[in-house]
Amino acid sequence: MAQGVHLTVALEGAGWHPAAWREPEARPGELVTAGYWSDLVGEAERGLLDFVTIHDSFAPGPDRADLVRGRLDAVQIASRVAPRTRGIGLVPAAIATHTEPFHLSKSIATLDYVSLGRAGLSVEISGDPDTAEHFGRREFPQPEDDLYDEAADYVEVVRRLWDSWEDDAEIRDAATGRFIDREKLHYIDFIGKWFSVKGPSITPRPPQGQPLVAAFARNEAGYRLAERAADIVFVAEPAALRGRAERAGRPLLVFADLVVFLDEDERKAASRKARLDELAGAEYTADTRIFTGTPAGLADELLALREAGVTGFRLRPGAIPHDLTAITRGLVPELRRRGAFRDGYDAPTLRGLLGLTRPANRYADQRSGK
Amino acid sequence: MTKPRKQVHLAAHFPGVNNTTVWSDPAAGSHIDFSSFVHLAQTAERAKFDFFFLAEGLRLREQGGRIYDLDVVGRPDTFTVLAALAAVTERLGLTGTINSTFNEPYDVARQFASLDHLSAGRAGWNVVTSWDAFTGENFRRGGYLPEDARYVRARRFLETAFELFDSWGRDEIVADKASGEFLRDPKAGAFERHDEQFDIRGRFTVPRSPQGRPVILQAGDSDEGREFAAASADAIFTRHGTKEAGQAFYADVKGRLARYGRRPEQLVVLPAATFVLGDTDAEATELADVVRHQQVSGQTAIKLLEQVWNRDLSGYDPEGPLPEVDPLVGEHTIARGRASVRMHRDPLDTARQWRALAEAKRLSIRELMVEVSGRQSFVGAPSTVAEAIDDLVQSDASDGFILVPHVTPGGLDSFADKVVPLLQERGVFRTDYTGPTLRDHLGIDLEPGGGAG
Repeated sequence: MAQGVHLTVALEGAGWHPAAWREPEARPGELVTAGYWSDLVGEAERGLLDFVTIHDSFAPGPDRADLVRGRLDAVQIASRVAPRTRGIGLVPAAIATHTEPFHLSKSIATLDYVSLGRAGLSVEISGDPDTAEHFGRREFPQPEDDLYDEAADYVEVVRRLWDSWEDDAEIRDAATGRFIDREKLHYIDFIGKWFSVKGPSITPRPPQGQPLVAAFARNEAGYRLAERAADIVFVAEPAALRGRAERAGRPLLVFADLVVFLDEDERKAASRKARLDELAGAEYTADTRIFTGTPAGLADELLALREAGVTGFRLRPGAIPHDLTAITRGLVPELRRRGAFRDGYDAPTLRGLLGLTRPANRYADQRSGK
Repeated sequence: MTKPRKQVHLAAHFPGVNNTTVWSDPAAGSHIDFSSFVHLAQTAERAKFDFFFLAEGLRLREQGGRIYDLDVVGRPDTFTVLAALAAVTERLGLTGTINSTFNEPYDVARQFASLDHLSAGRAGWNVVTSWDAFTGENFRRGGYLPEDARYVRARRFLETAFELFDSWGRDEIVADKASGEFLRDPKAGAFERHDEQFDIRGRFTVPRSPQGRPVILQAGDSDEGREFAAASADAIFTRHGTKEAGQAFYADVKGRLARYGRRPEQLVVLPAATFVLGDTDAEATELADVVRHQQVSGQTAIKLLEQVWNRDLSGYDPEGPLPEVDPLVGEHTIARGRASVRMHRDPLDTARQWRALAEAKRLSIRELMVEVSGRQSFVGAPSTVAEAIDDLVQSDASDGFILVPHVTPGGLDSFADKVVPLLQERGVFRTDYTGPTLRDHLGIDLEPGGGAG
C-alpha cells in the first residue's frame, strides 16, 4: 500500500492537556497500573497503528496539587504490554542525558526480543537543572547544543552495541566445545567527549538488528541529532526539514507531530478544549501544532501534508481515552475509506511495517573486508 | 507436642552464564529468546514457587585476554525481561540482580517501583556492588570502587533508594475530578540526600508501589555481606554446603538480626541448589555423574584450574596430573568478570588441598575439577530429594532453596511435576498462593517504611 500514511500515537498519562485527567472518561487513579497501559496500547493496536510512543521524563514537575504526578518507566511499560500485543510497534522514550547507553542498548534489545521485533526508542535530552539534581552527577545547566551532541554519541554507542554481536555469533559447536564464535563478537571501543564504552553488549543482536530510533526535533540542534542518529524524526514544521532527510546517510522518515482534540463537529472539539483550558486555568499551548476539529478534517490535513513529502504522523491525544479512540475509531476508518490506510499488519517487525530493511551488521562488513 | 513444621520457600534461578548450565544437552533451548523465560517462569508459577530470579553481569567474561567461549554467553536486560514476565504470570515473584556501582539510586528506585506497580507487588532486588574497573569500561560513570568501599556504597545506595520509595505515602493520589485535587500533598515525593556517595534532591515521581519497597535480596558469605543482609535484606542467598555448614551460617545470620531490631523470621535464608532427579536413587546418581562430566569438559577443567592458578595452563593435558607449578599469587589477571575467582582467597592453600585430593583418589585434572566444582546439591528419586529438602529446612540449615536447573528452559519441569507434590503432601509447601505479593509469599513485613510518606 504505497499510498498509505503511517500513524503513531504518543501516549502520556491521561493525555497531553494538563486538565485531561478531569475528563469524564479519564482514569486518573489508574495511571500507574498495567491494566491502564494494556488498554491504551490494545486500543492503538485495534486501530492498526504502526506504533505507539510512550512518553517519559525524570523531571520533578511543579509542586501543584491540581496536576498529575506519577509515572512509570516507559521501557518497562512497553515491555509489560509486549507479550499481550502482536502487531503494533513499541517505542518508549529514553532520556540520554542521565542514563547509561550500555543499559539502554540492552533494554531496547531485550524489548525487541520480548516483542519479536517490534521495538524502538525515542531519544530525548533533559536540560532542566532540577532534574539534574535527581542524579547529582553533573554540573548544570549545560548548553543545549552539547546535550544534543551528547545524545547523538549516546545513540551511536547504543547502535554499535546492537551490532557488537553478529547474527550468527552463537554457534553451539559441540565438536570444539564452543558456545560462541568469539571472532563474531566485537569491542565497540567508543571514545567520545562525554563518555567511553568498551563493549561488546551482554545481549545478542536483537531480532530487527537495529531497532527503530526516533527523535523529536523542534530546533536546529534537534535536526542535527535526527540526522546523525534517527530513523524517524517527529517535527512540528515538516517544511523546515526539506532536503535534510536525504543527508542522513540512512533513510530518515519525517513524521509531522500534532496534538489533537477530535469530536464529531468542530465546534464541539473547540469547546471541549476551551473547557479543559478553563479547568487548567490557562490556554494549553504545546511545542508543536495543535489540531482541533473532526476526524475527517484531520484526514484532509494529513493527506495534504503527505503531498508535501511527509511519511507519517505522530498524534498526541489531548485527552485519553477520548482522543485516542477518536483516532482509532474515527480517523483510521476515514483514512481507510480514502485508500490511505492499511487493513492489517502486513509485516512482522516494526522496521518492516515502516518499509525499512533489516540492516547489515557494520562489524560483519568490516570483518569480511567489504 | 512437636513444634510446627516450617514451610519451605522455593525460587527458580534462570540458568546462568557459567558451566553449571549445560548447553550441549539436546533438550537445551535458547538463553535469550523470551519463550525460554516464559517457560521457566510459568513452570515455577504452576509449582507455586515464591519467585523467579535472574542474575546479571555487565561485562562479558574474559580469560587469557579473550572473551570466554565455552559457556553460555548472552543475557537480557533484567528490568525489561521481568516487566514482560509480569504479563504472563500472575502471582510469581519477579526478582533480579541490579548493580549499585554502575547505576544511580534515582533511576534504580524508579525502575523497581515501576516493576512493582506493573507486577502488582511482585518485585525483588538482589543488590550487588562490584568494584572492578574491567566492568567500569562499559559505563560513562566508568571508574570503580576500592574493594573495601563497596559495602559503604551498597549501604548508602540502599538507604537512598529506601528514602525514595518512602517519599510517597500510600494515599497521596486523590484524583478528584470535581474539585480538581489530584495530589493530597503537592510536595509528594520530596527527597533530599547528602552523604559521601550521593548528593541529590528533588521529587521522586513514582507513587508508592503495592509492596512499598521491593523485596531486598542479598548474596554474600563474607562477614560484611552477612552484616549488610542482617541490616537491610529480606532474603539472603548463600552457597549450599553440608548440613552442618548450613546450620552454622543460618544461626550466624539469624543471630545478627536482633542488633537491628529485627526478628529471625524477617530474613529468609535461601541457599542456591542444583539437582538431578531419577526414577530411583541409583539412576539419579548415574545421571548426575553424566551431567557433571557435561559441565566439566576437558577444556573447561583447564579453564577452571587457570582461574585458581592465575596462569595460562593451556599446555596441560586435562587427563593428566595437576601442574607442578604453584598458583601465581597477587593481582588476578587470567580471568576477568567472574565472581567465582574470589571464592579462592588463598590459592596456594587451595592448590595444596587439591593436590592432596588428586593424589589420594588418583584423579586427573578433569576428574579433580568434576569432584571439586560440580557436585549437585540434591541427587536422587523425587522422594529422596523431597525428604532432603524438608530435613534441611526443619533442621534450620535453610528456609528453602533457590533452585538452579542445568538445562534451559525445561530443567525445572521434572522438579515441579515430581518433587513439589511430595513436599505438598508432607504439608511443608503451599498448594496455592495465599496472597498477591512477593512479601506475602515470603511471609515478611508487608509494609516496610510505614507508608506514611
